[in-house]
Amino acid sequence: QSGLGKSTLVNTLFKSQVSRKASSWNREEKIPKTVEIKAIGHVIEEGGVKMKLTVIDTPGFGDQINNENCWEPIEKYINEQYEKFLKEEVNIARKKRIPDTRVHCCLYFISPTGHSLRPLDLEFMKHLSKVVNIIPVIAKADTMTLEEKSEFKQRVRKELEVNGIEFYPQKEFDEDLEDKTENDKIRQESMPFAVVGSDKEYQVNGKRVLGRKTPWGIIEVENLNHCEFALLRDFVIRTHLQDLKEVTHNIHYETYRAKRLNDNGGLPPGEGLLGTVLPPVPATPCPTAE
Amino acid sequence: DKQDIDKQYVGFATLPNQVHRKSVKKGFDFTLMVAGESGLGKSTLVHSLFLTDLYKDRKLLSAEERISQTVEILKHTVDIEEKGVKLKLTIVDTPGFGDAVNNTECWKPITDYVDQQFEQYFRDESGLNRKNIQDNRVHCCLYFISPFGHGLRPVDVGFMKALHEKVNIVPLIAKADCLVPSEIRKLKERIREEIDKFGIHVYQFPECDSDEDEDFKQQDRELKESAPFAVIGSNTVVEAKGQRVRGRLYPWGIVEVENQAHCDFVKLRNMLIRTHMHDLKDVTCDVHYENYRAHCIQQMTSKLTQDSRMESPIPILPLPTPDAETEKLIRMKDEELRRMQEMLQRMKQQMQDQ
Repeated sequence: QSGLGKSTLVNTLFKSQVSRKASSWNREEKIPKTVEIKAIGHVIEEGGVKMKLTVIDTPGFGDQINNENCWEPIEKYINEQYEKFLKEEVNIARKKRIPDTRVHCCLYFISPTGHSLRPLDLEFMKHLSKVVNIIPVIAKADTMTLEEKSEFKQRVRKELEVNGIEFYPQKEFDEDLEDKTENDKIRQESMPFAVVGSDKEYQVNGKRVLGRKTPWGIIEVENLNHCEFALLRDFVIRTHLQDLKEVTHNIHYETYRAKRLNDNGGLPPGEGLLGTVLPPVPATPCPTAE
Repeated sequence: DKQDIDKQYVGFATLPNQVHRKSVKKGFDFTLMVAGESGLGKSTLVHSLFLTDLYKDRKLLSAEERISQTVEILKHTVDIEEKGVKLKLTIVDTPGFGDAVNNTECWKPITDYVDQQFEQYFRDESGLNRKNIQDNRVHCCLYFISPFGHGLRPVDVGFMKALHEKVNIVPLIAKADCLVPSEIRKLKERIREEIDKFGIHVYQFPECDSDEDEDFKQQDRELKESAPFAVIGSNTVVEAKGQRVRGRLYPWGIVEVENQAHCDFVKLRNMLIRTHMHDLKDVTCDVHYENYRAHCIQQMTSKLTQDSRMESPIPILPLPTPDAETEKLIRMKDEELRRMQEMLQRMKQQMQDQ
């Protein structure tokens, strides 16, 4: 839903203005009548490593009175990117490096009600966890005390389990015991990450920190005692970034491809020679960071 | 001198005391509705306002269970007493509102409920025995706006437009402890703008009399400027600066519910309970109920003139439609009248001829 701090969080994650909104609140902002998909690309650099980051926002999701099927435009967009990649892959004269516009990770923002997931959350995650890596995130977590946070997380985890929703990192894709132990801990204790985002800095104990200043104290975004932003950042960027891409390529994309081939009677879609059975397409290696 | 003054003293200056004594004996009643999406702290706020836990045995539903839930209307009544004054407080809760995937017209059960209370009061008022009419009309509706949005959401606008002519709506910004002061200011401004833009009529605080002292006038101004109130509630008492206060304990500090620098809870409580409770009831009776009543009567009158049973523009309703027997009797009498008139005419004619 709008207003859960998505743009602010993404800006905070990548320490730059990468979302579609500037940090200051846009007064002319209106809730769009249908779900829109807005993708913005940036090239960011760190330590000589360049990354082309694309942030896709979905304004209008969950904001209407009737939100039935409002996830469909999103599912459609994701599948369209798979289709684009597939078309390029089966081309006879195909590029060496196929431009990859596929969605590697979807951060789903849960409203911090303190009660449970909302029916819309369940519907979205049920449908989308089958096509993309979903990382559920509890937004604006500064509205919950430690106790409330812990209870809420437990309840959310249980609801996801009961409804058969597999969020990233999915259990079935753990490659070895080491992965499993590490991911188990994350799945059962840390997730969903309860986060707070901010693009403003304040002075705390002689240091300048990102935070939110309230009449009763300063909430430090990167302080693990205050919220789990640092955990989310390390997880998505510092440890599992490559894995997110691999799972997207080796699992979600392959599932899509197999379905398309089956629908086509075993033939790859796209402009191949009519009536000719083309040789099987060897899997392209997963694109790595430049 | 004193004797002269006594001679001029009739004694009706004691009326306010007499009224006071009678009202205290009779006790007061107040019906408060709370509405808004689940998880916005409505129950906690009610608890903080009235210091009674009406929701001890409440069972919260899981998301799956809520998928097929419709909007319910739940009433809790509690008798509370303070310094010998009794208050029968009824809280009307609306679980399920705004929670579904498709919330089209999810406010209908609520408007139906408000109308039903009006209708019942209307019937009672028009009835024969009006001694002990129970007033179940909703005197005030606290509407909880999510602090996570950028203003009003479509469902907020839908709800308020459906109810603003039926009940006093007091919009609140819920869970305000997730907002910093500048965000609260912006949000309040935004909400006020949108309320204007969409033509929503929320409860207006009455103007204070010109003879009130400056302090009171200043308080009244501050009250009006703080709307919509940004509130925080709490079920727990924590220790802050050596004192026990109602609040919320965070790793970065303690939010005190009754600290006016932290939120508008005190303003809301004062307004609702200490200064405006009676005005809320008055506006309900004099404006919302009268609107309903006038509308009802109008509908009944137009139905009556359509059926052309009676030409009187003042229906004493609810008029029972005459049954077949009575109708027959009326027709017979009409016939008789006509025959008598004809006879009289003939007699007159005969006399003239003679």
